[in-house]
Amino acid sequence: MRLNRRSFLQITALTGGGLALGFFDLPFASAQFDPQAALSPTAFIHIATDGTITLMAKAPEIGQGVKTMLPMMIAEELDVDWNKVRVEQADLDDKYGGQSAGGSTSTQSNYLPLRRVGAACRQMLISAAATRWGVPAAECTTTPGRVLHAASERSFSYGELAGDACALTPPSMDSIKLKDPKDFRIIGKPHANVDNHSIVTGKPLFGIDVKVPGMLHAVFAKSPVYGGKVKSANIDEIKKLPGVRHVLVVTDTPANSAGTPDSQIEPGIVIVATGVEPGVVIVADLWWQAQSARSKLKVDWDFGPGATQSSEKFAARAAEQLKAPPTDILRAYGDVDGALKTAAKVVEADYSYPFLAHGTLEPMNTTASYKDGKMEMWTASQSPAAGKSQIARALNIPPANITVHLTRVGGGFGRRLNTDYMLEAAWIAKSVGAPVKLLWSREDDITHDDYRPAGYHSLKGGLDAQGKLIAWRQHLAAFGEGGRVAGAVDATEFPSGRVPNFASYTSAQPLLLRTGALRAPGHNGYAFVLKGFIDELATAAGRDPIEFNLELLNATPIPMAPAANGRRGGNDTLNADRMKGVIKLVAEKSGWANRKKVPGRGMGFACHYCHAGYFAEVAEVSVDAKNQITVHKIWAAGDVGNQIVNPSGAEAQVQGAILEAMSQMQQEITLTGGQVQQTNYDSHPLIRFDQQPEIELFWSMSEFGPTGLGEPSLPPALPAIANAVFDATGKRIRTLPLERSGFSFA
Amino acid sequence: MTDLYFICLYVILSKQGTAMSLKLKVNNAVSTVDVPPDTPLLWVLRDVLDLKGSKYGCGIGMCGACTVLLDGQAVRSCQTNVESAVGKSVTTIEGLSPDGLHPVQVAWEQVDVPQCGYCQAGQIMTAVAFLAKTPHPTDAQIDDAMAANLCRCGTYPRIRQAIRQAVKAGAAVHTS
Repeated sequence: MRLNRRSFLQITALTGGGLALGFFDLPFASAQFDPQAALSPTAFIHIATDGTITLMAKAPEIGQGVKTMLPMMIAEELDVDWNKVRVEQADLDDKYGGQSAGGSTSTQSNYLPLRRVGAACRQMLISAAATRWGVPAAECTTTPGRVLHAASERSFSYGELAGDACALTPPSMDSIKLKDPKDFRIIGKPHANVDNHSIVTGKPLFGIDVKVPGMLHAVFAKSPVYGGKVKSANIDEIKKLPGVRHVLVVTDTPANSAGTPDSQIEPGIVIVATGVEPGVVIVADLWWQAQSARSKLKVDWDFGPGATQSSEKFAARAAEQLKAPPTDILRAYGDVDGALKTAAKVVEADYSYPFLAHGTLEPMNTTASYKDGKMEMWTASQSPAAGKSQIARALNIPPANITVHLTRVGGGFGRRLNTDYMLEAAWIAKSVGAPVKLLWSREDDITHDDYRPAGYHSLKGGLDAQGKLIAWRQHLAAFGEGGRVAGAVDATEFPSGRVPNFASYTSAQPLLLRTGALRAPGHNGYAFVLKGFIDELATAAGRDPIEFNLELLNATPIPMAPAANGRRGGNDTLNADRMKGVIKLVAEKSGWANRKKVPGRGMGFACHYCHAGYFAEVAEVSVDAKNQITVHKIWAAGDVGNQIVNPSGAEAQVQGAILEAMSQMQQEITLTGGQVQQTNYDSHPLIRFDQQPEIELFWSMSEFGPTGLGEPSLPPALPAIANAVFDATGKRIRTLPLERSGFSFA
Repeated sequence: MTDLYFICLYVILSKQGTAMSLKLKVNNAVSTVDVPPDTPLLWVLRDVLDLKGSKYGCGIGMCGACTVLLDGQAVRSCQTNVESAVGKSVTTIEGLSPDGLHPVQVAWEQVDVPQCGYCQAGQIMTAVAFLAKTPHPTDAQIDDAMAANLCRCGTYPRIRQAIRQAVKAGAAVHTS
């Protein structure tokens, strides 16, 4: 059954309906496109003969706004009235190019290709009109939704031209002219999320809302210890419980997939494809029946080697490693040990941050239906193509026989780059021979995440008599084995290359737990460390932190040796002028230079560069007698290029990133006996409404092309708040969560 | 006496997981559902009555994504047995207004509140119940009212803005 994309969430209501309009559809030559940009307008734009214009939203919408922003790029160049455009979520299909949500890359990688898609289509509509009128195409222009010939005062709607345009030879890519940004009508203006009305009226949009005829519901009870196996379970008893249709047991994970690093989403962030993990699946008529049956489930687990793991042991091992010579030199130049010996002042500090869960509000879920060798899936995923190929491999289904529909996603934050739950749903559906919706409980989600890796850092900095930073030594005790370290610091991470004597070391201990990307992966942890330590150095030097940072930025960077420079980001691509621009802006807007010292109140600064974006943030806090922190205000200045595509979505991303940073400061995942101790939002708390600071955002516009900002705005918020707490109290927060440093948010 | 106690206990225990016919009034429509009486209202709404607007977030009453109105009071439907909703009027996000134009809904759209959108039905239902009782709230009252509804994306600044806007538009008069 071919499903109408727009209505896939309610398949029952659709069988008699569907669209039968004359879609604008033709092949498109793309020889001159660069491969990344080889996108066809026919994939993205449907112009019906009645004038209805439908734009396809290619990427998964996880709350980052791409379902609105990416079609805005097409609509701008196509020249249509945004209010009359319909936006539909695309299924997974090669014709759309990459369809993932990660790394704050959507803006950067689509800004020109999608505008070209819109412009190419507009040009074809003009050609069709010019031919009908017998006038040169150059005499034709467009107003939103219409082609005009001003001299003869004639016009056609796009709908009237759609049929003719189909018969035309598409323009060559080098002939496509894009608008001058000063003529933009859509890009750069705030546009509300296209799904808002559906959201505020409770329409089914999300993966969890999918309903397929004959669908059963599944829960999957996996081992409380990662890598554990099922020895036995009371499945006969469970099978008799109300509504239960099937009970499946996975005793062991197939050897070919267990624990094998499968793909690297970000450097240093290893996503491990696990196959279907051991556990017991309960399939029932209703989810609540499956979940109720689970409460009676008794499994005898063999927890395996993971059961010896604990957070205490991790910390103890890391402390040993930080005292011992490092196992890996990320980067070293000059004579760091010699310079530390001769320095006028040496500052030493140990920092650490814990494992974190993502806790997307919509728990992991996927609906799958397997029939006649074909798998059809509806999933809330950030990385549906990866899920599809994982399923093809694991379940031996040709990729051509797997159809993936993308739903709106109730939060991503990196968790849904891992597609474990997609594979589970596919496997269950194939096993039971009926459509199944697998829904993890919140407890499943918190205890079976791929966690933001914990990190333990030891830092030493040397200042000369003038308070100038002359030596920097950092050592990260992380998790991993061989060359793969979770959450590793980039070799070029600031202030790498800006200090005359420098060393960045890593040691690692093994870990039997999945780790993965959490919004601004790596950076969300080590920005807190590095930018906190820079603040300590500035204080020790008796200098203003902003002035101290600017001095480092003004240093001529020492380039990385090319062979070692395989890691992305960091100092090698950092543009000091852009960073100085946001620093100056936030200093001015926050009144940094004229701030007054009030007892119990403080201001802190931090800046950070990642995911091609530059952010500087100032936090103002007060701390009460019980060490409870109130964050009053955060000023944020960002530089993500010369164009903010959707200012409304952009501001929302920064607000969200700052509030997420606050959540991260108070959360931790700990292990005892190999088991994750936190299970829900009570033990892994999100920041609350009444804890929100005022957030004021300013853009520093630079001449560079637009880049993403879901991630780069997050990392500086953590050190800015911690540095403000120091300013208020004289106490450094070097260990997260806050509680482990004796603080909490009020 | 002891026998009777055990018979009663047996009856109670055997009722667990056993479906009963229950009459529910949801969004002014009466329907009969056959479910065990201890089933959380949330799962009856979502999977039996096919009203997907109320969301499952935590299952322990902490996040508020499942918030619905029970006789006008905001309740956590994941913590409300369906049996306790019998004889009462349940309002979900789908039934908040016939046209999706309740002032709170309108404000939410105008302010462009949602990011992922998953928690917003619960946020809206909480705000509606709150504004019905407190038509002209102070910021501190808004803080108190909304503090127990979690948003993972961080839409709080815009929720505050939308509530202020709904107050201006007279959200209170629209609440039943």
